[in-house]
Amino acid sequence: MTAEVVGFWVVAVVLVAGSLGVVLTPNLFHAAVLYLPAALVATGAVFWLLDSPFLFGVQLLLYAGGVVTVVVFAIMLTERLVGESIRQSSRYVFNGAVLAAAVLVGVAGFVVQRASPALIPAPAGEQMLAIGRALVGPFGVALQLLGVLLVISLIGALYFARTDD
Amino acid sequence: MPLQAYLVLAAVVFAIGLFGVLTRRNAVGILLGIELMLNAVNINLVAFSRFRGDVVGLVFTMFTIAITVAEVAVGLAIVIDIFRVRRTIEADHLDLLRG
Repeated sequence: MTAEVVGFWVVAVVLVAGSLGVVLTPNLFHAAVLYLPAALVATGAVFWLLDSPFLFGVQLLLYAGGVVTVVVFAIMLTERLVGESIRQSSRYVFNGAVLAAAVLVGVAGFVVQRASPALIPAPAGEQMLAIGRALVGPFGVALQLLGVLLVISLIGALYFARTDD
Repeated sequence: MPLQAYLVLAAVVFAIGLFGVLTRRNAVGILLGIELMLNAVNINLVAFSRFRGDVVGLVFTMFTIAITVAEVAVGLAIVIDIFRVRRTIEADHLDLLRG
């Protein structure tokens, strides 16, 4: 087996195990500080396996660094950390499992039936340079809109988090 | 690894996230499930980008990551606000708008 195959299976096992931990663990704090970072870093490792180390860095900075911190703060602000109140129960477990399995079988079945496309080699040159050129070239307007969206969401979050006085 | 391996892995993560969204009672838990689903989408985008030799998929992934982070910030602010008013973030108890 080549290094890529071994790496893929290791990352896939960590990713699936972390994802299952996020949705199944009864303690939501464990899901946020333990299983969610594992799943997010494993996703970044998948990006690395797909020859995108730049997105691996973005994933670590924004998700594993930012989102996890915000989620932990939200849990600490809304749950009493002592006592049993942090334990979570689930509802509709059977229905949810059936629906999720149906989606998985449908998508995976469709994907597996198709012939594998030939690998088209990436154009020569620095990948980050190409991303940067695309961001300010054909996607310039989208980048501006993203900036507007971030400002609006920041204002929205401040509005929701304000106190009355 | 062929393209299908990455797509199936993404489908598995998406299904797990969907399961979490459907079964969690806590609003923060539901948001974590949505995070997993969006991560699966990002894996798909990067995989197609690699196998098509096209950088556009990576640019789209950057956009989805940034938008997801904004969504989480606003979503958790709403959750905290709901907790202030109702003293609960159990999704089943938040039926104020039910007709």
